[in-house]
Amino acid sequence: MNEETKRLGIVTSGSLTKGVEVRLDSSASVEDMAVGRYVTIEGEKQRFFGMITDVSLGVIDQKLTLTPPDVSDPFMAEVLAGTSTYGTIHVSPYLTIGGNVASLLEGAQSVKTVPSHFSTVNLASQRDVELVFGGEDEKRFYIGTPLDMETKVCLDLEELVKRSNGIFGKSGTGKTFLTRLLLIGMLQKGTAANLVFDMHSEYGWEGRSEERRKVKALKQLFPSKVAVFTLDEESSRRRRVSTDFVVRIGYDEIEPEDIGLLRQTLNLTEASVQAVYQLYREFGNKRWIEATLELEDGDETKQLLARLNIHDSTYRNLRRGLETIRRLPFLLPHAPDNPVKHILEYLDQGINVVLEFGRYTDITAYILVANLLTRRIHAQYRERMEKALGEDIAPPHPLVITIEEAHKFLNSEVSSQTIFGTIAREMRKYNVTLLVIDQRPSGIDDEVMSQMGTKITCLLDNERDIDSVLAGVSRKSELKSVLSRLESRQQALIFGHAVPMPVVIRTREYGSAESYKEFIPSRETESRQQAEKDIEELWE
Amino acid sequence: MDRVGEVIEASTNDFVAQCYELYQSPPLGSMVKTKDSDVELYGIVYNATTTSFEPGRRPIARGKDETSEEAVYQASPQLLKLLKSEFSALVVGHRQGDKLHHYLPPKPARIHGFVYLCSPEEVKEFSQSFDFLNILINTRLPVAMDERVAACLRQMSQVYEDRRAFLVAAGKELAILLSGNFNQLKAILGRIKT
Repeated sequence: MNEETKRLGIVTSGSLTKGVEVRLDSSASVEDMAVGRYVTIEGEKQRFFGMITDVSLGVIDQKLTLTPPDVSDPFMAEVLAGTSTYGTIHVSPYLTIGGNVASLLEGAQSVKTVPSHFSTVNLASQRDVELVFGGEDEKRFYIGTPLDMETKVCLDLEELVKRSNGIFGKSGTGKTFLTRLLLIGMLQKGTAANLVFDMHSEYGWEGRSEERRKVKALKQLFPSKVAVFTLDEESSRRRRVSTDFVVRIGYDEIEPEDIGLLRQTLNLTEASVQAVYQLYREFGNKRWIEATLELEDGDETKQLLARLNIHDSTYRNLRRGLETIRRLPFLLPHAPDNPVKHILEYLDQGINVVLEFGRYTDITAYILVANLLTRRIHAQYRERMEKALGEDIAPPHPLVITIEEAHKFLNSEVSSQTIFGTIAREMRKYNVTLLVIDQRPSGIDDEVMSQMGTKITCLLDNERDIDSVLAGVSRKSELKSVLSRLESRQQALIFGHAVPMPVVIRTREYGSAESYKEFIPSRETESRQQAEKDIEELWE
Repeated sequence: MDRVGEVIEASTNDFVAQCYELYQSPPLGSMVKTKDSDVELYGIVYNATTTSFEPGRRPIARGKDETSEEAVYQASPQLLKLLKSEFSALVVGHRQGDKLHHYLPPKPARIHGFVYLCSPEEVKEFSQSFDFLNILINTRLPVAMDERVAACLRQMSQVYEDRRAFLVAAGKELAILLSGNFNQLKAILGRIKT
């Protein structure tokens, strides 16, 4: 028997909802099994494709557990293995493959029954896995390999960008690397334009791996397709990033909703947020912040506050918050240029935009800018989409907005107010979707989570986080055991629209000169040459 | 061929054979055969006795003034004629024509049928299947089950070059047959381990 079709055992019991129990042959050791590995089950009429979700030990007679035999005796151990004591694996069948001609044409189908008693169970071969996850092509992007296999697992990017997606995982588990990979995939396949709110300045230009090694980012790999915008010119210059645009935002662009969103981070009271709307009405939409901050302690102000029915402590609270905002150096009373217009110009040309935050990794700045820009961009897209519907012209190119620390935007308190909540919910109607990156998925509103198309999750160990990521997935408990046993680096569980079944992958290599070369399509000869030069430099 | 005795009592389950010489019964657990017209019966020796010819007459101690045990027999040569050795074999299979069956034959052995010790080739052929273990385990006999099973497997394993592999395979079969009785399994395995 060759490695390709390694027999594991036979099906002994099971159900469609709970998966099937497989008794291992004595030749197959439980210690060689691993949760998340793929198996095929040869039913009488169909072949089933499933994943190992649990491994357990069984004894034929309970007495064995009470008076254990002397297994230091190799003879005893050998006799008992596979007979009196045996291993079982729990397999969740997900798909049926092969069988008849029709199913061969249609590819893998989702499973609607279970294999019959005592069907043979084999380890899935490379070919089976390829059949299920497909090869790399124009719209499929190779993201990693299944555990212990060399086959490529590919994501259907066209499906992916139709809905909002999430990348989750504890800090340091490789979210950034995964995100970078996905962004490259979208760039490479051209399925969508990206707008990345890059809090830690790691997607546009160079980033660092966990081992403090420099890794290249989007602009270096695809110089003609990526524009780097920055909020912090100085930081960008110091890091020798060639930026395309310095973003400045005027006070006049901040709206009451933006302040509402910052309630938690600025420590504002509910009353202060209400007061913002009143001040906004009072001073007009262009200069309300300036005007509020210019108010001097005096009778006039008192009268004004009394007229607007704003309590003094509320006013103090609000003022403190606004002062914090005013201290953000990229905010000017009047911005010389309109960043939204520029971003849209680039996006329209199919150029992806990465907005670096430089030193301003403060969450206040991030929320404020991301929300402010996104709202306007979304409004533009909405307008264009409606126009496209009305005039029967091509709809705008799909846009994917990447946000980090998503639970700050999408928690249940603010998700109904922010634009991100709206985008996550109304999904693809306006061709704008989100790529949400977060380490605390339990903080994200359930409704938003449930609308996500594909979720990619690295290791999570908080019970609540795991629950919220897996909410609404069938066979949740089984995936749970897979998820909590992921290795802390380079491994991720993917499930949702873009893959036919949940899959644990070892993430594709990223960071070596060789890997860069693979990402770059052959027509980009210039960057290819650069990659080749990099390889040469490595050897010097 | 190694003739070890003659059938003097037979039933469907087993047969008793008397040895031609005193104390010459085959070892416990060894495989013997006897013939009934065209059917060859295979048995496993599970018991052996040496008793007086006359049931009512028990031997008496004679060695008080002798220096060795041998001297006892030399002083009373009639003893060899007054005692007999017998052994019992459990029928575990038969051969009819070319076919080997691991279950009971249609008829029991014939009285005065000659009993032979099976050759290593026959033992090897017969032990290709462990179906006979079931009979050996489940028939009620005066000798303890674990002892007779262990003795049989020990004897059989001697004809194999790789004794251990044979015993492991047999042990696995036993583990399934005795799935509900781990203590007995343990006892047998303890008796056959190499």
